[in-house]
Amino acid sequence: MAPSNGLKRVDVIFGAYASTKYLILQKSIRREKQEIIQDIIDSGLRGRGGAGFPTGLKWKFAAAQPGNEKYVICNADEGEPGTFKDREILMKVPQKMISGMAICAYVIGATKAYIYLRGEYQFMVPDLQMELDNFHEQAREMNFDLTIELRMGSGAYVCGEETALIESMEGKRGEPRNKPPFPVVEGFHGKPTVVNNVETFVNANMICRIGVEEFIKLGTQDSRGSKLFSISGDTPKAGVHELELGMKLSDFVAEFGDDDTKAVQVGGAAGFCVPRKKFDSTIIGFEGMPTGGSMMLFNSSRSMYHVLHNYLEFFEEESCGQCTPCRVGCQQLLLGIEAIKRQERPASYLNQLLKLSETMKIASKCGLGQSVANSFSSIVENYVEEMIY
Amino acid sequence: MNQIQPYVRSLADKYGRERECLLPILQEIVATEHVLSQDAMVEVAKELNLSAAEVYGTASFYSFLNTKPHGKYVIRVCKSIVAEMKGKKEIVDKLCDILKIRVGETTPDGRFTLLETNDIGWSDQEPSMLINEKPYTYLTPEKIVQIIAGYQANGKSNNHQQIN
Ligand SMILES: Cc1cc2nc3c(=O)[nH]c(=O)nc-3n(C[C@H](O)[C@H](O)[C@H](O)COP(=O)(O)O)c2cc1C
Ligand code: SF4
Ligand code: FES
Repeated sequence: MAPSNGLKRVDVIFGAYASTKYLILQKSIRREKQEIIQDIIDSGLRGRGGAGFPTGLKWKFAAAQPGNEKYVICNADEGEPGTFKDREILMKVPQKMISGMAICAYVIGATKAYIYLRGEYQFMVPDLQMELDNFHEQAREMNFDLTIELRMGSGAYVCGEETALIESMEGKRGEPRNKPPFPVVEGFHGKPTVVNNVETFVNANMICRIGVEEFIKLGTQDSRGSKLFSISGDTPKAGVHELELGMKLSDFVAEFGDDDTKAVQVGGAAGFCVPRKKFDSTIIGFEGMPTGGSMMLFNSSRSMYHVLHNYLEFFEEESCGQCTPCRVGCQQLLLGIEAIKRQERPASYLNQLLKLSETMKIASKCGLGQSVANSFSSIVENYVEEMIY
Repeated sequence: MNQIQPYVRSLADKYGRERECLLPILQEIVATEHVLSQDAMVEVAKELNLSAAEVYGTASFYSFLNTKPHGKYVIRVCKSIVAEMKGKKEIVDKLCDILKIRVGETTPDGRFTLLETNDIGWSDQEPSMLINEKPYTYLTPEKIVQIIAGYQANGKSNNHQQIN
């Protein structure tokens, strides 16, 4: 395992540089497209929405697709429990995100882009629209042809999944599609589409500003750059904090815990629960435990049964119901742990539930059903007694 | 009710009649009418040249597109784990107490609907809730009294927003 990086605070995402004149974009559209793509590839930037796909490759694939109808979509659905870092970007430095989207549109050859904003963030619309109006004015002055539109979600977590998001944007039920084809080949209206997270676009813009060399000074070999963490739960420092990737979880807990941290849920309900005994051996980053940035801390007063129950209720409600392993599996896991708690089922029933969650991982159609096993097995296996008594 | 046809038509003029315009139209109807009535959905279907079943099937997927009448003010209290840890129950109890309804119900005067919802993006400032689109955070039972009184007094409240 890579040596720990310690805990390093950074301040580039919210740092001063947010130009309402879109100077980075102005500079970028005078550069060769291939050169920008190569920069993003060399930077090692990986998607900040959770899955961590290399951003430069995604842009390269989309750029290589034939045709001139292509789309850029910014995924601002931010529905993962315990995640709120995109909220801060959208409220404080939307120019950086918009600039990143515009640079992406330039390199792949799109003239239309969208921000898919979760319905819960409707209150941001007036300010965002004002910034978009400003952007369009600046773009016109640069003779740069791009229109960016806002589209709203309506309270469905699964619409954060990129193909469900596209279905939703097309005016349909937000049910995930089979992949492949991936959106870079067949996305919005069946055309090549880049879907990236809010923070990913900010990072791409940052790379165009500070250059690859500066960017790769942050983070580790496998996890370049900084990351916004949404920190909540039993912590005196709840909020959004920008840290370098590649830190040890024990360093993180030393900084953000309340001296009584029992477990940290890394990556939201879809992520993993790390118990105290593993804080020291867990690295936060793509070489260890990747995350979209949600870190929920639990101290010893918390019941992990209660935590798991809450997550399962969430999945059960948010499952789109399209495929059986996920629809039935979420229900059965929830009913199952309740039955064990009421002692209507023996403790050994947990093993059956663990097997069920493994099946869901393999047989579910999208990341929602596939990731239920993450929190389920990591909580059940580490806190068996709490599940039973 | 007989106003619904020109209204839906004006929305279709505004947003367009492509399939991708369906959600923006439905969203605006819910925002102004507080419900997506059958009549409205039938009109939307006509305007966009879709079947009514298709419109209903799409609407029913989204938890914010309510097809049952809701109050003028829809209160959505976050029930995700951090909210629970930080006292969501006291907040909901207080709301039930003041509004004299249970979760899922609407006050008889049609002003407030009380709902619980999953994570609304304010886990660092729990307990939290939305009233229509407006977020309220760091809630306490005392604050709830003030906030609701504000809405009851003038139907509008601009003084309690907790965004910093
Ligand atoms: C159930 C589910 C919900 C998701 N929600 C989000 C989300 O809210 N925001 C986001 O950026 N990505 C979300 N994703 C990941 C997207 O599918 C996609 O990988 C991402 O937007 C790609 O952008 P990135 O490479 O910049 O991270 C979700 C995935 C799943 C399976
Ligand atoms: S895994 Fe769940 S959310 Fe995903 S498509 Fe299947 S039922 Fe829908
Ligand atoms: S837990 Fe309530 S907004 Fe996240």
